[in-house]
Amino acid sequence: MAERIAVFGGIYSNYLALQAALADVQLRGIGDVYCLGDVGAFGPQPNRVFPLLREHGVRCIQGNYDNSIGHELPDCQCGYTDPRDNYFARISYAYTLAGTSRDNRAWLRELPLERRLTVAGRRALMCHGSPRRMNEFLWDSTTSSHFLRHLAEVHEADIILATHTGIKWQRHFDGKHFVNVGVLGRPENDGTTNVWYAILSVDTDVSVEFVPVAYDHDRLAHEMAAERLPDEFIETIRTGWWTTCLEVLPSKERRRGHN
Amino acid sequence: MTIPLPILDSAAPQVALDHLDDLWFQVGGTVCNLECSHCFISCSPRNHTFGFLDLETVRRHLAASVGLGVKEYYFTGGEPFLNRDMTAILELTLRYGPATVLTNGTVFKEDWLRRLRAAEDASRYSLEFRVSMDGFTAAENDAIRGAGTFARILAGVRHLLDHGFLPILTVTQTCDDDAARLFAGFVNLMKTNGYRKPRIKILPTLRIGAEADRQRGYQDHERVTPEMMAGFDERLLLCSHARIVTDRGVFVCPILVEAGEARMGDTLADSLRPFRLRFRACYTCHQHGTLCANIPTTGDS
Repeated sequence: MAERIAVFGGIYSNYLALQAALADVQLRGIGDVYCLGDVGAFGPQPNRVFPLLREHGVRCIQGNYDNSIGHELPDCQCGYTDPRDNYFARISYAYTLAGTSRDNRAWLRELPLERRLTVAGRRALMCHGSPRRMNEFLWDSTTSSHFLRHLAEVHEADIILATHTGIKWQRHFDGKHFVNVGVLGRPENDGTTNVWYAILSVDTDVSVEFVPVAYDHDRLAHEMAAERLPDEFIETIRTGWWTTCLEVLPSKERRRGHN
Repeated sequence: MTIPLPILDSAAPQVALDHLDDLWFQVGGTVCNLECSHCFISCSPRNHTFGFLDLETVRRHLAASVGLGVKEYYFTGGEPFLNRDMTAILELTLRYGPATVLTNGTVFKEDWLRRLRAAEDASRYSLEFRVSMDGFTAAENDAIRGAGTFARILAGVRHLLDHGFLPILTVTQTCDDDAARLFAGFVNLMKTNGYRKPRIKILPTLRIGAEADRQRGYQDHERVTPEMMAGFDERLLLCSHARIVTDRGVFVCPILVEAGEARMGDTLADSLRPFRLRFRACYTCHQHGTLCANIPTTGDS
């Protein structure tokens, strides 16, 4: 029987998607659930996510957003370089920082930076951006397979699990695996409103299932409007197309989103 | 023309190669069909200081890069598309990893772009075009890049768009203009030319080569000192994660290819040793972060 774990990242305060994902995981009878960081950002009411994570025993690591909120840094360390992207990142960060309770900030501050576990005899390494840098963007179309092999060798892992970019992908190379598990916080620029998480199954083989999560995105959009979050964020939740944080996308990923 | 000379009278900090993420190829040598007045290596139709790289040289280095775990490949010149092997070089590279080519956008041929469209479609990796343009009006651009180039570059951008590419417009800040005005001007120009969500990258000038004559060279205080490296994230410097292959060996970065001291060896394996920041152009890299990548690395995290 395969050993299975559920892994997601980038909740971005989307507590409704988190609820839906956790219900789906429970239905499938998967007990081990992991979050690869970025609990806050983008969405409304940052504190609503934390009790859900605790109740369901979700084991989290720290993302760049969590590191910034936890330490009350001046910015989110998202790694954007475009002025418009940074403008919206600042709005989102100021809102999330102000809205995250002191206890929750302390909890974020204490999260581990990575997590290692053995899944059916394979060495799995969980990180936020990449094993070497929390806010490194590893996109499918701009990451060579020999670079992934280098990361796996240096960091002594058979399976690397990451998030940060907002778009899921996976690659099998030399008997090893890289999985970007996607994010729960916002749709992945494909015109659908669902978000994604990943199920890793390991027995003699390693397999990855990306699971689409439908949730009450209309309700989230209304709650974001009530919090006076930018219309651009709400449009993304309603349409499934990114309106901000676009400029880091390489051309292949951009084209898929008609950007 | 000002060739970068090392600073001899002070201790210079040394930067180790963290990992060879970006492998550059100076495929166009210093030969260019244009003669821009701000070019930091003074490229021109007559500058043969560096020659073209042939397909076999690129193939050899691509093969060597696999064992080194290189993440991305970049191509520059001169003008890369003056190299008759350029299309084949990019086709080959896309079998290894992502490729970015820095071009002036004025010499594309239909057949090349059709082949490159097919090559990118067949690859899992992105092919990025960085097209240089130095003003969002003909008057501003042509003053730097030469008469008539504004219209030719725009035609090149439209040509790329027609083939489904999404070029990154690379703009050097050649006057004391604020980046926001430049950015807005370029966005507007691109949108009126059919580029719905244009990609723009704004760069500072490097005060060497022709640029030292156009405006000014570096001043005495413009150097990287050991004190400036305290608490500084070395990953912001290209020399911490890149090297460039030229027809005269492997150099530390695309900016310093004319400096003998920046030649790191004959092969990639030779080039992995640390580099001492003894050049004033290093100051610009220190001030502005990784200039040369598509997505500059940002601060510590």
